[in-house]
Amino acid sequence: MNGLLSLLILLPTAGALAILFLPREKTGPIKALATAVAGLTFFASLPLWFARGFRESAGFLFREDLSWIPSLGVRYSLGVDGIAALLILLTTLLSVISIYASYTAVKTREKEYYIFLLLLETGMIGVFCALDFFLFYVFWEVMLVPMYFLIGVWGGPRKLYAAIKFFLYTLFGSVIMLVGIIALYFFNTTGFLWWKGLGNAPTFDILHFHAIAPQIPPDLQLWLFWAFFLGFAIKVPMFPFHTWLPDAHVEAPTAGSVILAGVLLKMGTYGFLRFSLPIFPSAASTRWVQLTVVVLAIVGILYGSLVAMVQKDIKKLVAYSSVAHLGFVMLGFFALNNAGMQGGVLQSINHGLSTGGLFLLVGIIYERRHTRQIADFGGLSQVMPVYATLFMIIALASLGLPLLNGFVGEFTILVGAFLADWKWALFAGVGVILGAAYLLWLYQRVFFGELKHEENKGLQDVNLREVLTLAPLIVCCVWIGVYPKPFFAMTAPASAKIVAALDAAKGAPPAVAAALSPAPAAPVPSATPVVPAAALPETAPRGN
Amino acid sequence: MSAADFLPWIPVFPLVGFLVNGLVYLVAHSKLGGKDAPLGAHGGGHGEAHAAHAAGPDDHGHGGHVDIPFKAVHTWVGTLASGLSFVFALLVILSWWKETGGHREVVTTLWTWIPMGTNAGWFGAPDFTVDVAFRLDPLSALMLGFVTLIGTLIHVYSVGYMGHDEGYGRFFAYLNLFMFSMLTLVLGANLAILFVGWEGVGLCSYLLIGYYHTKDFAADAGKKAFVMNRIGDWGFLMGLFACVAMFGTVDFNGMFSAVSTNPAIYAAGGIVTFTCLALFVGATGKSAQIPLYVWLPDAMAGPTPVSALIHAATMVTAGVYMVARCNVFFRVSHEWALKTLGEGATVWGLLTHDASFVVAVVGGVTAFVAATIGLAQTDIKKVLAYSTVSQLGYMFLGCGVLAFGAGMFHVFTHAWFKACLFLGSGSVIHALSGEQEMTAMGGLRSKIPHTYRTMLIATLAIAGVPGLAGFFSKDLILGETFIQGHPFLWALAALTAGLTAFYMFRLVKMTFFGEYRGPKETWEHVHESPATMTVPLWILAIGAVLVGWWGIPNFIVPGGNRFEAFLHPAFPVLPPDWTPHPHHASHALEYGLMFGSIAIAGLGILLATTFFYKGSAPWALPAKVVAAFPNAYRWVKNKYFVDEAYETVFVNGLVKKGGRLLWEVDARVVDGLVNGVRHLTVGFSHVSSWFDKTFVDGAVNGVGDTFQAAWKGYGKLQSGQTQGYAFVMAAGAFALVCIYIIFA
Repeated sequence: MNGLLSLLILLPTAGALAILFLPREKTGPIKALATAVAGLTFFASLPLWFARGFRESAGFLFREDLSWIPSLGVRYSLGVDGIAALLILLTTLLSVISIYASYTAVKTREKEYYIFLLLLETGMIGVFCALDFFLFYVFWEVMLVPMYFLIGVWGGPRKLYAAIKFFLYTLFGSVIMLVGIIALYFFNTTGFLWWKGLGNAPTFDILHFHAIAPQIPPDLQLWLFWAFFLGFAIKVPMFPFHTWLPDAHVEAPTAGSVILAGVLLKMGTYGFLRFSLPIFPSAASTRWVQLTVVVLAIVGILYGSLVAMVQKDIKKLVAYSSVAHLGFVMLGFFALNNAGMQGGVLQSINHGLSTGGLFLLVGIIYERRHTRQIADFGGLSQVMPVYATLFMIIALASLGLPLLNGFVGEFTILVGAFLADWKWALFAGVGVILGAAYLLWLYQRVFFGELKHEENKGLQDVNLREVLTLAPLIVCCVWIGVYPKPFFAMTAPASAKIVAALDAAKGAPPAVAAALSPAPAAPVPSATPVVPAAALPETAPRGN
Repeated sequence: MSAADFLPWIPVFPLVGFLVNGLVYLVAHSKLGGKDAPLGAHGGGHGEAHAAHAAGPDDHGHGGHVDIPFKAVHTWVGTLASGLSFVFALLVILSWWKETGGHREVVTTLWTWIPMGTNAGWFGAPDFTVDVAFRLDPLSALMLGFVTLIGTLIHVYSVGYMGHDEGYGRFFAYLNLFMFSMLTLVLGANLAILFVGWEGVGLCSYLLIGYYHTKDFAADAGKKAFVMNRIGDWGFLMGLFACVAMFGTVDFNGMFSAVSTNPAIYAAGGIVTFTCLALFVGATGKSAQIPLYVWLPDAMAGPTPVSALIHAATMVTAGVYMVARCNVFFRVSHEWALKTLGEGATVWGLLTHDASFVVAVVGGVTAFVAATIGLAQTDIKKVLAYSTVSQLGYMFLGCGVLAFGAGMFHVFTHAWFKACLFLGSGSVIHALSGEQEMTAMGGLRSKIPHTYRTMLIATLAIAGVPGLAGFFSKDLILGETFIQGHPFLWALAALTAGLTAFYMFRLVKMTFFGEYRGPKETWEHVHESPATMTVPLWILAIGAVLVGWWGIPNFIVPGGNRFEAFLHPAFPVLPPDWTPHPHHASHALEYGLMFGSIAIAGLGILLATTFFYKGSAPWALPAKVVAAFPNAYRWVKNKYFVDEAYETVFVNGLVKKGGRLLWEVDARVVDGLVNGVRHLTVGFSHVSSWFDKTFVDGAVNGVGDTFQAAWKGYGKLQSGQTQGYAFVMAAGAFALVCIYIIFA
């Protein structure tokens, strides 16, 4: 199935181009075309789910590799492992849902709106597919532009402030990451400052950098780790780099919030999995580095939850709950073991589903009442019983009720954290209590009690289209909650590979690596960090 | 048919019932279904909502005015779902009994739930997985039996009790969901599946407490219950993680066989004690023990059948079940504490080393404290609620002194008489159109005879009158407490038994005897409940008489305690050096203890009778006592102000104030920094701009100006006069010659 990834990247852009030729007053066909293209992209991405390869090995499948800028060693190189594949599926699903959910929410400049949404989809898919640093960075930046416009044009009252803040903050992080990328590039070739280069042919091949990870000296690893960290931590966002998020969420249109929470934040977590952990394993597994990130993650969990508790705006509450949820994801990653890693990956997906769902739900009520203040509601379950039920299910998924998705992720993460250091789980676990508190309190104030406000008495319950936007999310929430095995199976080899690389860098007994490879026992790495056979990428480092 | 094959079907019926009832209700009540269903005031009509509901002409019991769409569907689906579970449970238990004689468990694994890969645990690096698996052994069979039976009875009762409530379908959907969760809890073959049920019942409890959700106090109570339970769940999860780290599995078989073959490894350093204490934190949440008990009395905001089923008979005993299930851990913790502390064990040493001792102390103290609060409550359901907290304390006391059989026996007997009491109180409330205050009751004996008789039987049972269910189980716990060497806890528990007898008879006297004290028009309407309500009452009352005979004390009839014999396979055998020396008590002592507790119960009953039903002024004596000890009364009446303290310190203090403080920090400091950077950048831009205009651009413009000036000057030269040009040429030539001469 070569060319599938290119197809996924190009389809939305092609759709956007087609919409360009439609007259702007024909909003019906514009919407239909946008939905159709996004739907088609979703169906085209389904082979990723059914590919058996992800469940068998950590290798990159669906590879495409073309020369692009030979003088710099830049290539158009695509490929996905199980983690990226799952994130692409989430992206295509959420894209079609957010386009479908925008039908009545967006009433101005519809043509441009759908064009930007489709361009955004291209950027997002590209980020997850790129196996070349240069290409990755291009997509990473390309993605910012449509989002900037989505917030800045179709946003709320403070949209310009939020859009610019979002753009600049993220750009700030990415530029520092770019410096890191360039440093890596020079380390691989000629070297720079006092670091002697490896003398390889110039390349931006990410897999090559995975392979040379053990050769990167620890001090350089530390510098580059923090450079990349800044880029990704802002994107995640980790405490204390999170303040762009509530503003962006509150001002963004519903679809923007869904994509922002569902996919854009995952760029950050994905960055850690694809770059920070495998390329700088010795930095990431340095005790003080690990502790710093874990403490930031736990602070994020507790802080995000407590701040969410006192919000008056529903969307802001959900935004702060994202800070807490992403704290869990990061905690899982930096537990540096299989349980934490797998839980973190799954929780990334879970957060996209349940928080995406929450934003959709907030959008539904906002369309009807043009307010998101909690105080403006109360007793809604009497007039909107179906809406109340859907909200309850998604809220329960978000607060981690067993048999819904959130629990599986949080549980696995906390197991990982407990194994790494039981006190981490002890503190992070408090987030589970707070999660229940702020969501149920929100629910109570919005749905229970008397119908105090006259305006709320005539509210219409959800219509079929709105149910259809939420139904796939709820189905996925239940699916992951009850039978998460296929999801774990898809990401297990890839995340086990990362853990093996980290173990090797730590010089730890390769219990995990041994279990990975069918061979009886992998050689125990001695003083010098050596990548065990299982952790080596399948493709040999190429010269150009 | 094999028991194992049909085990998973038991929870499926209520799950299907929930889905059907829920969907039918939603469709009937939504605009999606194209129906204009009545969406007016939800709830109301029953006592739980009576605070805001004028006790005027009641809208139930005399023919309904409320049109409930698909009522028959809800009734039949709801009760059949539970009933089928019961039938299946019976068949499965019987066939299990036939297959194994009750000596070993059967386990069915359905699918792998959470695979976590290979991880380095504390004692190895196994593959961590959690399976969806069910297990039938004596403990779960016991729970399964009474949960499905009492659950079904309460479904039937609800058909009558909730018959006029608009949320009828919603109620049955929740009730079915509860049955599903509770059955998952008791059948789970590992701690994680138990936890699934544990959280599930918590959710249903939340939904059902807040059933009358238009009333703020109901919604508040529901949220309080859920959050308090979550605090407990936090502890449960830590225990669960500790198990994962220790064993690499949370499967009961795997864990318990590992511990019982090699207790020393797992006990070392108090790991097992930590695990036990963490799990017990979970139990205090679910089973309403100190310090997490305050949600249970508030939970009475839910409809009375819910109070009976969830907050008396089944869910709240889940904590006891879990502790009994993990009995090996507690036993090992106990032995480890004794080995570590040696002879000089202090109370403090025991509290920090011996998890079972903590359980016993918490149980004993909770039993006592809750009973004292129960003395002064006037809301009939509140009295029963505190009574439940108190009885749960007994169960933990039993488990804490390692008499897990006794604790579970009390779980079992309590389910019958407490469900009966709650349903009876529901029947009273139903008869009085929603009145719950006992100060507005009295003399109901003749008007609602079935309710009266069944409640009296259940009261005798809970008070510990010989021959009834409560007597056997409570006496067993008291006896074991003394014999295992805890005379203080025994004294506390014995005193509690007296208090129990007192407040329960106070309840009966205030409700059924004396003069009626409520409004006249209500009295006219007082009516006995329909058969759907009285039949379950009688079945439960008969149970409250009979079920105790399953566990006749062994010192009266050797081998009489068939209950413990039945449960015995659920208590794995530990190596001899980890098995406590059996405490042998003389028959005289055991008889003495038994008669002692009978005497205390008798005293309590006697006092209550004297207090509340003597002479022409039935209230004179209690009033005198209250006047004599005003402060004690105030504290007891106000539940020792624990709720207020929690509200101030935790809810308003830590969480809300803390949240607001952090929010300020977030907006001003964290985001302030970001905005500060922005302002700094913009400011710097202004400075740059000024600098740019003044100096950089100034330089550029300066260059320009210079050239311009030069140009102008040069332009002046272009006068067009030939002489001028000739002069300049001549001057130039002269200058060149000069340069040549100087430099050559």
